[in-house]
Amino acid sequence: MSRAALLVLADGRFPAGGHAHSGGVEAAVAAGTVRDPASLEAFCRGRLHTTGLTGAGLAAAAATGYDALALDEAADARTPAPALRRVARRLGRQMMRAARATWPSDGLDRLAHDRPQGAHQPVVLGAAARSAGLAPLEAAHAAAYEGVGGPATAAVRLLSLDPFHATAVLARLAGDLDHIADRAASAAARVAAEGTGVLPAASAPLLDLAAEQHAAWPVRLFAS
Amino acid sequence: MHLDHPVTAPQRHTYGAEPFHADGSRRALRVGLGGPVGSGKTATVAALCRALRTQLSIAVVTNDIYTREDAAFLRREAVLPPERITAVETGACPHTAIRDDISANLEAVEQLEESLPALDLILVESGGDNLTATFSRGLVDTQIFVIDVSSGDDIPRKGGPGITTADLLIVNKTDLAPYVGADLNTMATDAHKQRGDLPVVFTSLTAPDGIGQVAAWITGRLTAWQAGATS
Repeated sequence: MSRAALLVLADGRFPAGGHAHSGGVEAAVAAGTVRDPASLEAFCRGRLHTTGLTGAGLAAAAATGYDALALDEAADARTPAPALRRVARRLGRQMMRAARATWPSDGLDRLAHDRPQGAHQPVVLGAAARSAGLAPLEAAHAAAYEGVGGPATAAVRLLSLDPFHATAVLARLAGDLDHIADRAASAAARVAAEGTGVLPAASAPLLDLAAEQHAAWPVRLFAS
Repeated sequence: MHLDHPVTAPQRHTYGAEPFHADGSRRALRVGLGGPVGSGKTATVAALCRALRTQLSIAVVTNDIYTREDAAFLRREAVLPPERITAVETGACPHTAIRDDISANLEAVEQLEESLPALDLILVESGGDNLTATFSRGLVDTQIFVIDVSSGDDIPRKGGPGITTADLLIVNKTDLAPYVGADLNTMATDAHKQRGDLPVVFTSLTAPDGIGQVAAWITGRLTAWQAGATS
């Protein structure tokens, strides 16, 4: 376990394509549901407890070394919106590129070979964490944090929010983040014995619907 | 030179700017075009495509900031068949997508290479940005910075990484110089002061063969690239 490796992986500057995505905040801003730090916090908390938990579970399971292709199927089953499946695979491809350059391993090479069009991003993130010598709980932390960090940054750009307020939102979510990562890692610890069915499958229907609509916008700042 | 077997690990080295395909053939030359908003990057790309498309197999990646307008313009102008033009979305940060996190642009470049075999040239057009925007060497092999006379003839003097380090500096819209009071001689002198021996060309895309010097420069780079002489 290297705490420093976790910082590298979870850094928003890790070049894996996340900067071009808003995690659904662009659509939420347009709908008027995210408009200030308080509504951003509500959005992030909701996202964390739904798709954030699901993604963290997949990442933690991948970091245990469990069959990545089975986890990729489990991710598909947990991602009903076609637009979000496309985004997850594209970001998975981009994460794979960065991970293979930073922490090369046979496991990553195998997954890249088996899924040339990209595995779901949380699965690749978990495999990258394993390659970096990180534990499943740490992979869950990275996935969960990324799930709220991206939207918070995007909200600053979209709403000209005070960046200190947006960062304070993330700080206030720290307890929730720890809790979600723990739950995700606990579920992941059971996957080897019980299969992928034990992984969290929480979803957010409004995020799914908004993502489909957002994908059809002719003018937008973010890719998703 | 990498040692991986192309069958067991075909993507092993696609994250970098390796000059060869897995089969040992030399890939297309990747040329970045950056510069401020409105300096004529898209018009330059369109003119290059028109000038070179009969002799070279070309593809284009555009980086729009919040629309897909540049790609749409190129498709509408029919400078290339639509399958040769790809738009990358940059999440409000055009320089991030060409310098700090090049993964989306590399994806676009590689998809074009996969779907269009025997490409000679890929033009990667940045979203309009500021004077510090430069391309990562992991994304492009050579880069062009485009400014124009109407933004002020003091721009070359101001310098910045785009002006001072680009492999070619284009000063565009010289036909407008008399109307905006731009002194082309001053711009040329300042540019050479900033750039030393690196080349500068002055263009007016409204003139017949206004892109000629740029097309010739690219053809020269491509010849050197294909001969394996460029770094």
